[in-house]
Amino acid sequence: MRHVAKLMMASAFTALLATTAQTTMALAQTPKDTVVMAKQIDDIISLDPAEAFEFSGVEVVTNLYDKLMGVDLAKNNELVPELAQSWSVTPDNLTYTFKLRPGVKFHSGNALTAADVVYSFQRAVTLNKSPGFILAQFGFTKDNVTEKVKATDDSTLVITVSKPFAPTFFLNCLTSGVASIVDSKLVKANEKDGDWGNGWLKQNSAGSGAYKVRAYRPNEQYTLDANEAWYKGAPKNKRIVVRHVAEPASQRLLLEKGDIDIARNLSKDQLTAVKANKDVELVQGDKGYILYLGLNTKNPNFAKPEVREALKYLVDYASIERNIVEGTYKSHQSFLPKGFLGAIDDKPYTFDPAKAKELLAKAGLPNGFTVTMDVRSVSPITDIAQAIQANWAQAGIKLELLPGDGKQTLTKYRARTHDIYIGQWGPDYLDPHTNAETFAINENNGEDAKSKTLAWRNAWDIPEMTKTTQANVLETEAAKRAAVYGTLQREHQKVSPFVIMFQQVEVSADRKGVKGWVIGPSSDTNFYAPISKN
Amino acid sequence: MTSVVESPVRRRSWGETAGRWAKIASRELVTVAITIFGLLLITFFIARVIPIDPVLAVVGDNARPETYEAARIELGLDKPLWQQFAIYVGKVFTGDLGRSVLTSNTVVDDIKRVFPATLELATLGTLIGCLLGIPLGVVAAVYQGRWPDQVARIIGLFGYSIPVFWLGLMGLLLFYAKLGWVGGPGRAGVAFQDLITPVTGILMIDAALEGDWDAVRDAWSHLVLPASVLGMLSVAYISRMTRSFMITELQQQYVIAARVKGLSEFRVVWRHAMHNAFVPLVTVIAVSYMHLLEGSVLTETIFAWPGLGRYLTNSLLNADMNAVLGGTLVIGAVFIGVNLLSDILGRLVDPRTR
Amino acid sequence: MTTWTDYLLTDSPSSRRQARLGQMYRKWLAFRRNPLAMVGLCIIVALLLVAAFAPLIATADPLAQNLDRRLLPPSGTNVFGTDSLGRDIFSRIVYGTRVTLVIVLLVVVSVGPIGLLIGATSGYLGGWVDRALMRMTDVFMAFPRLVLALAFVAALGPGLENAVIAIAITAWPPYARVARAETLIIRQQDYIAAIRLQGASQWRIVWKHVVPLCLPSLIVRTTLDMAGVILIAAGLGFLGLGAQPPIPEWGAMISAGREQIFDQWWVATFPGIAICIVALGFNLLGDGLRDVMDAR
Repeated sequence: MRHVAKLMMASAFTALLATTAQTTMALAQTPKDTVVMAKQIDDIISLDPAEAFEFSGVEVVTNLYDKLMGVDLAKNNELVPELAQSWSVTPDNLTYTFKLRPGVKFHSGNALTAADVVYSFQRAVTLNKSPGFILAQFGFTKDNVTEKVKATDDSTLVITVSKPFAPTFFLNCLTSGVASIVDSKLVKANEKDGDWGNGWLKQNSAGSGAYKVRAYRPNEQYTLDANEAWYKGAPKNKRIVVRHVAEPASQRLLLEKGDIDIARNLSKDQLTAVKANKDVELVQGDKGYILYLGLNTKNPNFAKPEVREALKYLVDYASIERNIVEGTYKSHQSFLPKGFLGAIDDKPYTFDPAKAKELLAKAGLPNGFTVTMDVRSVSPITDIAQAIQANWAQAGIKLELLPGDGKQTLTKYRARTHDIYIGQWGPDYLDPHTNAETFAINENNGEDAKSKTLAWRNAWDIPEMTKTTQANVLETEAAKRAAVYGTLQREHQKVSPFVIMFQQVEVSADRKGVKGWVIGPSSDTNFYAPISKN
Repeated sequence: MTSVVESPVRRRSWGETAGRWAKIASRELVTVAITIFGLLLITFFIARVIPIDPVLAVVGDNARPETYEAARIELGLDKPLWQQFAIYVGKVFTGDLGRSVLTSNTVVDDIKRVFPATLELATLGTLIGCLLGIPLGVVAAVYQGRWPDQVARIIGLFGYSIPVFWLGLMGLLLFYAKLGWVGGPGRAGVAFQDLITPVTGILMIDAALEGDWDAVRDAWSHLVLPASVLGMLSVAYISRMTRSFMITELQQQYVIAARVKGLSEFRVVWRHAMHNAFVPLVTVIAVSYMHLLEGSVLTETIFAWPGLGRYLTNSLLNADMNAVLGGTLVIGAVFIGVNLLSDILGRLVDPRTR
Repeated sequence: MTTWTDYLLTDSPSSRRQARLGQMYRKWLAFRRNPLAMVGLCIIVALLLVAAFAPLIATADPLAQNLDRRLLPPSGTNVFGTDSLGRDIFSRIVYGTRVTLVIVLLVVVSVGPIGLLIGATSGYLGGWVDRALMRMTDVFMAFPRLVLALAFVAALGPGLENAVIAIAITAWPPYARVARAETLIIRQQDYIAAIRLQGASQWRIVWKHVVPLCLPSLIVRTTLDMAGVILIAAGLGFLGLGAQPPIPEWGAMISAGREQIFDQWWVATFPGIAICIVALGFNLLGDGLRDVMDAR
């Protein structure tokens, strides 16, 4: 009896594990024509182009659908026609005419016509989901959209906007996911209770793009099959599998084991480690995401401009960059990310506690004060927050960190009940107005405001700056427009309640042999089609 | 639901017994209904009190106010709380658990997908727990107070003392990263993902049904480590309870009688004593199974396992009301089921209530 | 033999106090014979000492960052190495004992009485009070414990006190169950009937007579449960909703270290071992206590 029990105990565990030894060794390689990624995709709300507005969702959409316009990554994001073969605009900047590319077919086999474009725009404007405003801001409403967006024949489209916006602004907006062209016949066939097919499109695709959805399980995985008949030519791979792996450490392990081809969310320390691995290569691209502190000016201390400026001198940018976020963020102190029209590279602030103390004394707070900061419990945000906490202590400011889940801290921020919020902002589309609007426009600082920009969330009342920013979107001359943004940003750096610290650099680590993967400036431009393996 | 101590023993006719059982059954039914209602009420309350805006899960952070408002109304959040709750309970009665805003599936569909994953994990975990825990407990009982007892005790208590998320990380580090014995995080190798048609939802069984033995092996290699980590929890509990049942049994007259008759010690312990300790042990195993089902949140997080624990946590932190309520309902139902089972077993075994 | 052992071990105690002390002493003797339980006791005593003398034991300020000395392996200056912000892990673990102790003590102080009161009341009064209270415990027990704690922490906001409250809310039902079961047995005893006949109020009976008798099994239960409390607290910390940074809470330390686990193993390993040891200590102690106090 002793014998049996002992034997069972001794062998059970090892036996269990050893049974699998052989199989995993043999399987540790991904199929040749399939590209496998590990990525945090739990932010996806929907795959419907009229609804997707999160980093991961937009990335999927851009690989499923085509748009009228696109950008050329190789030529500094220059606008290029895509489904539109050509375009023209009247001198008053109000009416645009697009000629569609002939012979483009949807995945279903249906031909793509101007009627599909009208339907797609009508659908996006009528549904008016999160990204709907990108089109709606040009004066389209669900009642007038079929008037303003018209198909004059199968391949010609005439669009009328409400104000003489800068053409680059309008066309840049057409490159965003919400302007994707959907297969109107297929979508109509899957409509339920007048939902414009939204329920179905959340998890399926009806596009003409490089891929179609094979399977999507929220928070788990999506699998895309290549569209061999894509008008730009068949993708270099047959299938893309993106699996949700929350832990960066696990992503790295999967990569080094060869279970995946590309790891998308490695942190600084893992990047340093995989650099040493001969089988792994790094690919990086500047992302437009900006990491900043939002100081709520409802807090009487932050209502004082000196205090706001003091805090900008109190972050050890260089040390945080070098030690915590190297390779994944780089120093950046203005609201337009590098690569955008009008972006500036001024970095007026460095870590200077003496200067900060001086400013605090001027504000009547020579001994500092106590304040809270809401922090998402994710890397590297927690570490950055703790580093800032230590920095601020040098000027007598006692910073209390309130850790929480993402949605929790966000809810508080949106209700303007925070003291300080540390977070990221990503541009909604590839035009400077997207960031200018949120950082430098606050039409109504009241609780009943219609537009709740970041400036509003931090209760920063700026009637003058709002006017300047709003006017600039009508400036048709690009150089002039850029110059105004430059002045705006310098002013903003000095007075705003935003401590803008870093701009994200997206880095992915790939198995050697993965070719063609390029990280674009936004999620809209992360294309899977050129990826190949050998 | 623990049994009320009944007044003792008198012979009853068959009819009387049947009536008594019917009465017990109806009383239990009412109890179950009340418990479930309470469960829903408290879950609803908690999920609404959490300062997380459920609309954010629908529209994201960058939505304009009109979009936000439309989504809020669509979710029914403009109605007073009690009305929202009443609507929900009404729907539950018709079997409609609503739609998760996070996954945009119906909650029933979601649960059908995630529950088997957890079930798979907990089942193997419990199996491992029994395989290690029962012998451990028996050895401890046989050698009560001597060193094998102490060793068994330490092993068992370790299971109670190790943070499961830490053990999981270390397990991955050793068995996956260093030794390469098991599959990595996730439920199946990528090569097999989405190729097996779900029938039962339990990947290994589905793969076996299709006759794809590579897929079975792959699923097994991914399952075994998280299940072992989870199983450590039940080793502790099962071994401890086995020990105490066996000690009781080994002191009984019939064991002494068997020994006197000259039966081998093996037979005495494993056939006679074990036989009698078995019924209470089944209850223990059921309880431990239930704990694994609900205790898998952290294991699932570490192993990227798409199970119920993660689904529930994730929904909670997104204030995804229907999903939270649905998930809680399932776990609550399991809890009640196991309790009923142990109650019934208890009544069958306990001579006072027979 | 010294006189005090004779005094304690006498067969014929001359006062009630002597009898009680004698009984306790015999239990202590029994407890001392159990080596594992003694190991547990030693661990807990060591924990208390480390917590009390943390400033003397720690080699550095547990909150002092030095970003240029981050993620250093264990060495003479940093016995357990440094973490991702260059803090000394050994010192953080030493100070972490205080955090752990505070959590455990606060939970025990709040949970014990609540569970005891609810259980004893329920068991003693019976009837609809019993049914209502037991339904309530059922409802709370039907929740996955960690998820419930998570929900409460999310609702109450971050911080140690709130974590404690959240854990307490999830921890009381088993205590109530145990207390109720004990009470059911106790209330049928003859002496309770005698007290009742003397006209004692129900509350008095519950509080003065039933509750004290439930205590031993609850103490055992509590000690065994402390390990569970430590693990739940660590789990909350791991999920990022426990203590506020930079408080050196062990679970949060593991969570911070999982980023580096494959290269800088020491960051997550040492706090993990610390949790194991302390939880094991409580478990061993509780196990030993059970053998002594609660023969079943």
